Amino acid sequence: MTAPPSLEVSRLAYAYPDGTQALFGVDFRVERGERVALLGPNGAGKTTLVMHLNGILTAGHGTVAVAGLPVGKRSLKEIRRRVGLVFQDPDDQLFMPSVREDVAFGPANLGITGEELERRVKDALERVGMLETIDRPPHHLSFGQRRRVAVATVLAMEPEILVLDEPSSNLDPASRRELAEILRGLDVTVLMVTHDLPYALELCERSLILSGGVIAADGPTRRILADADLLAAHRLELPYGFAAS
Amino acid sequence: MGAGHHHRLHRPGDTLVHRLPPQCKLVAVAGFALVVVATPREWFWAFGLYAVLLAAVAAAARVPAGFLLRRMVVEVPFVLFALAIPFIGFGERVTFMGLSLSVAGLWAAWNILAKATLGVVASVLLAATTEPRLILLGAQRLRLPPMLVQIAMFMLRYLDVILGEMRRMRVARESRGFVARDVRHIPVIARSAGALFIRSYERGERVHLAMLSRGYTGSMPVIQDLSVASRQWLVAGMLPGAALAVLLGSWGIA
Repeated sequence: MTAPPSLEVSRLAYAYPDGTQALFGVDFRVERGERVALLGPNGAGKTTLVMHLNGILTAGHGTVAVAGLPVGKRSLKEIRRRVGLVFQDPDDQLFMPSVREDVAFGPANLGITGEELERRVKDALERVGMLETIDRPPHHLSFGQRRRVAVATVLAMEPEILVLDEPSSNLDPASRRELAEILRGLDVTVLMVTHDLPYALELCERSLILSGGVIAADGPTRRILADADLLAAHRLELPYGFAAS
Repeated sequence: MGAGHHHRLHRPGDTLVHRLPPQCKLVAVAGFALVVVATPREWFWAFGLYAVLLAAVAAAARVPAGFLLRRMVVEVPFVLFALAIPFIGFGERVTFMGLSLSVAGLWAAWNILAKATLGVVASVLLAATTEPRLILLGAQRLRLPPMLVQIAMFMLRYLDVILGEMRRMRVARESRGFVARDVRHIPVIARSAGALFIRSYERGERVHLAMLSRGYTGSMPVIQDLSVASRQWLVAGMLPGAALAVLLGSWGIA
């Protein structure tokens, strides 16, 4: 028997309480170890979809399963361990007074204590190259450093899949490259939500386009980015001077 | 911990006083304040001895007098109030340098000044030797409701973020030619304050989601070891203990 996919979303539909329908039946799978970009214009439902992956929003219709475990009320704790969500604004993610406590927050909630907790914290910070900031308050770090610590806060929970919301936003070119190197070096499944198309090409072999609440395209990133008509139909474009071929 | 250079109350160091667990220091300050308040105002020399005790703590913590004095500015409104009492008090009056002062008012002013000053100095010493978040963790160990501690923790963490937003909004206002000159500009400032409130509220929601995503179920995990050796309670007890000895001793004499 092969391992279940890291993420399996089927026929997922959702309407906000005010009646606005955001998702109209989303279907896709992410296999273990894959790095997949989820592309889509503003308002396509990307964030709504992300909120379903760890059960913050519950599906109106359809299912989400993480490594074979369906997202539901009873499985929430385990789901939140398996899905590491990195939010767009690190100031939202880093809420504890020191980097050490922030990275420890997730695993401590899982009941991990003592030396094992310390090991997880150091290990996660090591993986994003931020171990030397362990005793600093997060708000004294640069924006790029805070984003890396935000990644460490979920790595410490040893997730099955890392979900990043606009990981490259607001980063200067060097921080952007450094983050890419870190993400490429992680042996974990990654779903990256972005409209930074060159970043998707750099990091993900496969891309999905979410548009109008459905998956409008699914294929190799290079092929999708080369299809100018497809991109244009979903309000996506490469930056000036770029051409994927 | 490389404590905030902007937490101006805290003065990092590694002295006996700095190393005491925060809950011990909190209890010591509260105990000291109680003894001071319980002392009759006529016992001048007891207050003098209390001041000597605080000076000894400051010396042990290597907190210079200038630092203490600057932090005591917070007391100024009370001082002004206390200074006004002898002028507005009733009853028997004395004349001093051509001013007619109420005797009862003078006593009341002395009482407020002496006790408030001792309390403020003790609190400033606590703040100078304890990181703000440790004070909160200490309070939690003393059974302050965890919800209050969490609220205060978030205030500590997000103060800078919110001040930053406030600054950006001010810059945005001024970049478009706004200068607050008189009362007619109050509505603009008020609307900015409202927008700031809503932004902070929305940030609160996002932070809550981030917490839920990492398994938050209502209580903050405390990873700092805050256990206390009985020896440390003894050390912390020296300040209120000595003050109590002064008080009881004075009782014997009076």
